[in-house]
Amino acid sequence: MMKIQCFGVARDIAGGPYLTLDQLEGRSVAELRQALLRTYPAFGELVSFAIARNEEYASDEERIEAGDQLVIIPPVAGG
Amino acid sequence: MADPNDHIDVQLSATALSLQVCRDFVVHPSCGGLCFFEGTIRDLNLGATVTHLEFEAYAPMAVKEMTKIAVAARNDFGLHAVALHHRTGDLAIGETAVIIAVSSVHRKPAFEGCEFIIDELKKTVPIWKREYRADGSHWLNAHP
Repeated sequence: MMKIQCFGVARDIAGGPYLTLDQLEGRSVAELRQALLRTYPAFGELVSFAIARNEEYASDEERIEAGDQLVIIPPVAGG
Repeated sequence: MADPNDHIDVQLSATALSLQVCRDFVVHPSCGGLCFFEGTIRDLNLGATVTHLEFEAYAPMAVKEMTKIAVAARNDFGLHAVALHHRTGDLAIGETAVIIAVSSVHRKPAFEGCEFIIDELKKTVPIWKREYRADGSHWLNAHP
């Protein structure tokens, strides 16, 4: 089980500041995105969402490792 | 080699921002142009009356992304110094959400660098705002 941190509208969709997914280690960020959309279809209704891995935007090809800090980044709105 | 973050002041703050603090950081005898951008909370959005806004940040990554933007602006526009301060928490109408201060020898890079920083901040920095109206609230930019 890996914990994924949620901010903004992602926290509303997840129902709290974290959600958990099974068997992520070794999978790609693209697979994580697909798993999120299957489990929480409301993510598909957003303009977009990115994944941060260890405080950097992650590309779809990156592989997830045990101990990674994963965060869902819904459309940002600073300023 | 010089510190890559030399003359860069990035802050994410839960308390009121200060234009004076930002100015004091960037002002320098070699610089003839200082440029400032201050983003404040307005009372109307898309015709609806706004009561207040809530800013939430993924703080460690927000600071990293803000620093990347400030360093890029300093290097690409040849600025002397950059201060970039952003608020978190609940903000009332008229309060300041963001301050950018930059200094350069002449004015043109200061204007251009300042605009670059606010444009990039709105694209990449993981900060979100929830808009509160009399009839409810929603996260801005989230849905089409």
